[in-house]
Amino acid sequence: MLHIKCPYCGMRSQNEFSYGGDASVKRPELNKEISDEEWDNFVYNRKSLRGKHLELWQHLSGCRQWIKVERDTATHEIFNTFKADEEIS
Amino acid sequence: MTQKFRLENGGLINRDKKLSFKFNGKTYFGYEGDTLASALIANGVHLVGRSFKYHRPRGFFGAGVDEPYAIVQLYRNNETEPNIKATEQELFEGLEAKSVNCWPSVNFDIGAINNFLKIFLPAGFYYKTFMWPKSFWYRVYEPFIRKAAGLGVASTKHDKERYEHKYEYCDLLIAGSGPSGLASAYAAAKNGARVILAEDKPRFGGSLLTSDVNIGNQSGEDWANSIISELKEMPNVVVKNRSQVFGYYDHNMLVMSEKVSDHLPKTKKHHPKQRLWYIRAKEVLISSGSIERPLVFGNNDTPGVMLSSAAKEYLKVYGVLVGKNPLVFTNNDSGYETAIEFKKNGINPIILDSRVNPQSEIVNEAINLGIKIKFSYVVVAAQGYKKVSSADIAKISDDKKQLDTIENIKCDCICVSGFWTPTIHLASQSGNKTKFKEEIDAFVPGTSKQNETTLGAANGIFTLEETLKDSFIAGQDLSKKITNNDNKISFPNVVEKKSSQHDKFWCVPLPKGKSYKRFLDFQNDVAVSDIEIALKEGYRSIEHVKRYTTLGMATDQGKTSNLNGLQLVSDIENKVVPAVGHTTFRPPYTPISIGAIVGREVGKHSKPTRKSPMHSWHEKNNAVFVDAGVWLRPRYYKQGSETLFEASKREAKNVRTNVGVCDVTTLGKIDIKGPDAAELLNRVYTNAWLKLPVGKARYGVMLREDGIVMDDGTTTRISENHYHMTTTTAQAANVLSHLEYYLQLVWPELNVNVVSTTEQWAGAAIAGPKSRKLLQKLFPNNDVSNEGLPFMGYMESDLFGVKARIFRISFSGELAYEVNVESDNGHFMWEKIIELGQEFQVQPYGTEALSTLRIEMGHVAGSELDGRTISYDTSLEGLISKKKDFIGKRSLNREAFTSGDRQKIVGVVPLDKKTSIPEGSHLVKDAQAPLPNKKLGHISASCWSVEHDNPFSLAILKDGKNMIGEKLFVMSPLKNKVIPVEIVSSHYVDPKGERVRS
Repeated sequence: MLHIKCPYCGMRSQNEFSYGGDASVKRPELNKEISDEEWDNFVYNRKSLRGKHLELWQHLSGCRQWIKVERDTATHEIFNTFKADEEIS
Repeated sequence: MTQKFRLENGGLINRDKKLSFKFNGKTYFGYEGDTLASALIANGVHLVGRSFKYHRPRGFFGAGVDEPYAIVQLYRNNETEPNIKATEQELFEGLEAKSVNCWPSVNFDIGAINNFLKIFLPAGFYYKTFMWPKSFWYRVYEPFIRKAAGLGVASTKHDKERYEHKYEYCDLLIAGSGPSGLASAYAAAKNGARVILAEDKPRFGGSLLTSDVNIGNQSGEDWANSIISELKEMPNVVVKNRSQVFGYYDHNMLVMSEKVSDHLPKTKKHHPKQRLWYIRAKEVLISSGSIERPLVFGNNDTPGVMLSSAAKEYLKVYGVLVGKNPLVFTNNDSGYETAIEFKKNGINPIILDSRVNPQSEIVNEAINLGIKIKFSYVVVAAQGYKKVSSADIAKISDDKKQLDTIENIKCDCICVSGFWTPTIHLASQSGNKTKFKEEIDAFVPGTSKQNETTLGAANGIFTLEETLKDSFIAGQDLSKKITNNDNKISFPNVVEKKSSQHDKFWCVPLPKGKSYKRFLDFQNDVAVSDIEIALKEGYRSIEHVKRYTTLGMATDQGKTSNLNGLQLVSDIENKVVPAVGHTTFRPPYTPISIGAIVGREVGKHSKPTRKSPMHSWHEKNNAVFVDAGVWLRPRYYKQGSETLFEASKREAKNVRTNVGVCDVTTLGKIDIKGPDAAELLNRVYTNAWLKLPVGKARYGVMLREDGIVMDDGTTTRISENHYHMTTTTAQAANVLSHLEYYLQLVWPELNVNVVSTTEQWAGAAIAGPKSRKLLQKLFPNNDVSNEGLPFMGYMESDLFGVKARIFRISFSGELAYEVNVESDNGHFMWEKIIELGQEFQVQPYGTEALSTLRIEMGHVAGSELDGRTISYDTSLEGLISKKKDFIGKRSLNREAFTSGDRQKIVGVVPLDKKTSIPEGSHLVKDAQAPLPNKKLGHISASCWSVEHDNPFSLAILKDGKNMIGEKLFVMSPLKNKVIPVEIVSSHYVDPKGERVRS
């Protein structure tokens, strides 16, 4: 079971969180004309990468905040966690 | 029965407490502190089972967790448990055990005929033989093999024992209480670290209990006891025996199984039988020691052949002789220690040492004690069927390839030592890439992957002094990092005998003309010849060889066999062992009971049960409940001998003619507040929300980004910036997360807060033509007329002193209202509705009638919004705004979503107006068409229409829009039904929706 540092609550076990997928995906702006391809990329197409991955988790049984977690998909190593609005360099 | 093999004195057992127990129906005696194994050996019982494949006699091989043979069916307190290791099971008064894998008895086992047919049962035999004819597998082969194979029998009774889970955090978790575990725990504890020290056996001390050493002028055992008693007094230390750390998972999470009550005749009141500990440790010290390796020779599975370390343990811990005429066969000094212990207790062992001329303190001690030693000698084969009676021995050439003349010597046990294998399971599970250590012919942990440190024998270090030194330092350094304390401990003086190098020899060659089975895996009956066949047949990867031959796949997971198997593969392949590699170590290290894994989450406790505030009223009024997610909801209220069908029809009918009341507390409720609340709703729902006036409710549908309908419900504008959203019972949690996702991540600029208020409000739906009259009684001071409270209107009021919210919304198609009060007042509200509704013939209705009512009117619910349908499919496309954007809108342009013959909801009526239509049935054009018959749609929900008094169903049908009036067939192969039906509108009742507005 992973041990994830919630930026609001501290170190918590994985069973308090739910996984939310790739955090680098940006929803197209409302009312914006976009191509089918752009929309498909937003809705469906994800990189299934091996290695460092920035992903969303929600601290469901805690503060209910959506957070960003930088995790290695192969080793489960967690490098860093961020608040949703935090700038990631 | 006398304990003929028990020494007069000695051992750590309590000789003042005699215990009686039964094995295979016969009564024996042992002492408190015995294991079932030690007590049986004390009584001279060496035959305890039959092997898995050949049904060869099985005795005892080890003295602990590594035991491959002595697996029994245990009976304790009217319960039975299979696959218990006799070497681990502590003796208690009244214990009963039976042999497994033998029929009719362990002494006369019919399956042993396999032993004489063994030439026919080599590796892969089953794969090759039972393939043809294919049809024979299920009928003939499988039942036969199942009967012949298998170990114990699982109980079919409900397990009444309690199992617990416990979550724990610590600075250092130390797995194993041998010398390295004790030293590191002590050093870390003195530094103030929070320490958990776990020992799988009942006694602490590990090898110190059986080795002839001296630490700080104390015997090893005394030193271990003094350290343990000091640790037990320290508030920062948890010391646990009977506790096996069996799994190392991600982020330093380890799981430990504590056998709280298995050693007692009966679990104490309020105690669990076992407890599973989930431990998150900052640092993990693996001090799991090592397991002695067998030597491989002919018939080396005969009862009486056992590990020399086990023989020593039976002697020193239990005061039991495994034989009175022992032969010790060794390739290193460890065998000598066992022989010396025998000698000290008046027994004359013979040592066969494969080495030519070893020189060491231990060897010299054995010589000085007058023990007979034969150097360059090996056991060629054990003789005796149910117990060793003699051994064929021979001198072996220096290159270990040639055997001299075979001699036979009498003996009643053969204690083998083929050196030691570090127990690296936990380290390997942590992700540590192990490395092969040439000097000890075994794998040891490599660079740490997580925060694990392996110490002592588990790390391939076999001298006590080095082990203690490393462990004190590790305990000190690791705890210092955490606590910043630096309490130096003085290092005790260690006296131990120096050993000489072991011999790399491990497998005795077959003498000319002999075909003895030489076993590698004792539980799965895998012999040297099986591995040879596998390699001959082209299996190369050790993982494949393992699976083909089942080497190391038994319940002992090859603790005593894996390394010899690797050695053999590398010998045949002319490779070095590290090039062959080892198979993956996976948790659990040792079998864990299913009860312990499940813990207390069984039956009703497998998930929380939610009850509405009106639950006790429903109970009192004969409600029959149904699980709705985690909620318990009344399905119907049984009157007299009514069936579900009769009751739900009565309840639904009463709603259509009079008035009914339904508990709708379980509906998800979300409170939405903030200046941008309307904007949020406008983006979430498909219809327009910016112009909803205060005091009005609106029905809305929300989509996922892929265009599929996610949920529906009504949302009411309570005040300027305050909305009350309802969701379906099932989707309540998902919808809240969905809203939070968009507010926190996508549109953080929106100033809105959302919070779940599902549990804060109790809800009652009042539906039926007389509902307004009842409502007027409940709220005599309010104008609830059609003008005062129009359809989709909202009003706040007072229900006899209780704050109430009234929504004029309908799920049944009738004139209907929903009243919400704070949960604490739910029961009061419900009783008032029932009391004041008497004159209008009010009746409560359950989920079954609720379904009937909504199906009849064509109102979609979970069975239509099933994660595969879009708004069009469920006839909700009228709610899609063309003017604004919303979540999922862009997906609606997808070709599949806009095609002309897209599926759509329809009504289905059987032509005979009698036959009920099973939910999930398929709709087809031609019932006689050859298979596969093309499916046009499926029945999503069925009911008995109380309005029309005939069956009615909803279906999702291809091109449903143009199918009204068509005649099709409903097919349910499962129920063997073919029903001719007519497709009708999904609005079977009040298609114009006049009643709800009346």
